Amino acid sequence: MQSVLLILTHPNLQQSKINYHLIQKANQLDFVHVHDLCEIYADGVIDIESEQKLLAEFDIVVFQHPFYWYSAPALLKEWFDLVLQYGYAYGPGGDSLKGKKWLSVITTGGGQTAYCKTGHNRFTMEQLLTPIEQTAHLCQMEYLAPFVVHGTGKLFDDKVRLDQVSSDYLKTLRLLGEGA
Amino acid sequence: MENNLLADAVTYLAAAVVSVPIAKRLGLGSVLGYLVAGVIIGPFVLSFLSHPKDVMHFAEFGVVLMLFLIGLELKPSLLWKLRIPILGSGGLQVFITTLLVTAIGLFFGLPWQQALAIGMILSLSSTAIALQSLQEKGQMKSTAGQGAFAVLLFQDIAVIPMLAILPLLASSSDVASIAAHSGELHGWKKGLVAGGIIAGIVIGGRFLMNPIFSFIAKSQLREVFTATALLLVISVALAMQSIGLSPALGTFLAGVVLAESDYRHELESNIEPFKGLLLGLFFISVGASIDFNIFAADPALIIFLTLGLIILKYLVLQLLGRFTPMARPDRYTFAFVLSQAGEFAFVLFAFALGVNLLPQDLVSQLTLVVALSMLLTPLMLIVNDKFVQPLFRETKAEPVSDDISEENKVIIIGFGRFGQAVGRLLAANKISTTILDHDASQIDMVRRYGYKVYFGEGERHDLLHAAGAEDADVIVVAVDEPERSLRIIKAIQHHFPHVKILARAINRPHATDLLKAGVTAVERETLAGGLELGAKVMQQLGWRHNAAWRASRLFKKHDDEMVKQLATMSGDEKMFINHSMETRSFIEKTLEEDQHWEHEVDEHAWERPGKLKKNVHLD
Repeated sequence: MQSVLLILTHPNLQQSKINYHLIQKANQLDFVHVHDLCEIYADGVIDIESEQKLLAEFDIVVFQHPFYWYSAPALLKEWFDLVLQYGYAYGPGGDSLKGKKWLSVITTGGGQTAYCKTGHNRFTMEQLLTPIEQTAHLCQMEYLAPFVVHGTGKLFDDKVRLDQVSSDYLKTLRLLGEGA
Repeated sequence: MENNLLADAVTYLAAAVVSVPIAKRLGLGSVLGYLVAGVIIGPFVLSFLSHPKDVMHFAEFGVVLMLFLIGLELKPSLLWKLRIPILGSGGLQVFITTLLVTAIGLFFGLPWQQALAIGMILSLSSTAIALQSLQEKGQMKSTAGQGAFAVLLFQDIAVIPMLAILPLLASSSDVASIAAHSGELHGWKKGLVAGGIIAGIVIGGRFLMNPIFSFIAKSQLREVFTATALLLVISVALAMQSIGLSPALGTFLAGVVLAESDYRHELESNIEPFKGLLLGLFFISVGASIDFNIFAADPALIIFLTLGLIILKYLVLQLLGRFTPMARPDRYTFAFVLSQAGEFAFVLFAFALGVNLLPQDLVSQLTLVVALSMLLTPLMLIVNDKFVQPLFRETKAEPVSDDISEENKVIIIGFGRFGQAVGRLLAANKISTTILDHDASQIDMVRRYGYKVYFGEGERHDLLHAAGAEDADVIVVAVDEPERSLRIIKAIQHHFPHVKILARAINRPHATDLLKAGVTAVERETLAGGLELGAKVMQQLGWRHNAAWRASRLFKKHDDEMVKQLATMSGDEKMFINHSMETRSFIEKTLEEDQHWEHEVDEHAWERPGKLKKNVHLD
């Protein structure tokens, strides 16, 4: 029985090392349903109805994507705009997602040190992710501490850190899927 | 006499029909099957045949056809790439083997002329056996296959000077008589004629054959096309023979010239069955010619000579393999597949006997050795496959690169309006395709724009095979007749089950049939265009383009979904719903279903309900 819906959004997965690497691992977990938005909605026209049907089947939703311009890739933003509808996800009667868990898995090119007051991104990840945290909150979903992978550019030169990231990723998914 | 011919035909065909499938089933390969069949119907077992030697001469034409087909697969540019292995491995193989066999001959006390003649003749390998075996195993494009081919090509060329040298080796008194009856042309005159014929083949093949084939293809008579193809090959062979050059070499050259022709695949599939039959006949006659009386007279000597010859040739080839970029396992295949003596040996031995260079009893013994070495090759290849190659399995992590391979991963059948759209998109993204179309005038037109289009009807298995369906990942069936499209798909699924089929659907019923047939994906030819224009209509009516586009795409998704459901639902097996009445009721049903499609969820996409104004138009 699949219990985790992993919504992957990566417009350039073929050239992404870390997301490709991680998603291969996730694909091996039989309790994870990987839902690849860029593959399914190549033309950007998202089918709201079928997305909402899919969401209804899961209590845990993982959004995995690279961090583009301090936010989600456009297609995932479009997905938020369309699928998280008034009367469905928020507003009167909008409690379809109530109580579901939300985990963001986000990869960034910059290192961890870049994301602080003195770093060149000037804000912490926590601060930058507040719109997403609030989105989950408005949908009455349980926002879990995001799983962030920094410095993806150099990750593949550092075998020890790569192994650590991979095993942390798998552990997180397992905890979510089996612990729930 | 006629009865005799028919009886012989029945004997040969029956022997082949019985023994070859059994040999294939036992994993022994067709060559061994034919050879054994020949032994069985030959004079020493059942003695069914009247003139095995005559048949062999006739069947040697199979080798000629085979070289034509090989030429067709080798574009001049590829041949140029092979020049180093041809001259290097090929030249050295012939030279070293000749030297060693000559030395052994001298050791046995033969005069040097005889020893040298035997050395040259036995240095040749069997093109027929080697290439047939490699093709059967699909190894023609491996480095071993390419290496073996290069050596064989050099040997074919080397036959020409050998034919010239053999009479010179004979005693001087005989030379005069040979020269007298071998031809009227001498020296530079002969060279001139040869050059002229070769130039004729190249120029004619390059400029004359395309219009001729195009003209004949337009007649839509397949047998005339076959006749033209055969006529071409036989004429070239005859022209070459008449000037004392190897006919096999001539047809090979003709093949290379035509490798760039648009009719390459059609030629291939027309000649292929003749080649197969004649080669089979050739192998049978080799089997039948094995003379067991000579064997019985001195079995030890024959066995010693046969094994000695094979081992010697094998060692020379192994040695040469080390100097090529061939991987180790490939070197074994390369050495095993070329370690026999070849069909040219029969010809050259007979020739040497004719010029009194070699004595009769020696020639019969050596001919037997040649035949036995050919018989043993398939067995050695089995040893290679079963015992030698597995030793390298682990080290063979990376697949052998076959940069020689020209096969495209995508084949498009039908290059009309629809197929062109597919092909253009792929071409624009550097994905090359093999294109088949059956409309000769269409081919001419498209060809003018630089596309490589081949003439042919897609449902023929041999044509699909020739177009490289075995190595293709995807075949696009884009023909415009539903019935033909389904026939082609059936044929592909039957012969090449691994290939993904993406198909053009003419209409909704056809799409349903295609999905029922199990294709990977379909696209209806007019749906996407119609719906896009529909979106533009909505735009003119004041819809924002993105909203209209979205409505149009969602409608298509819904409609595709409906067709998929239809394909799984109905139990009725109406494969061809072409009847106008049925098509009309189909449309009626569709229109009715559309009325039930509700998509009110979309009414408030992006925004809260009530805020959406559909008629906002900013201009």
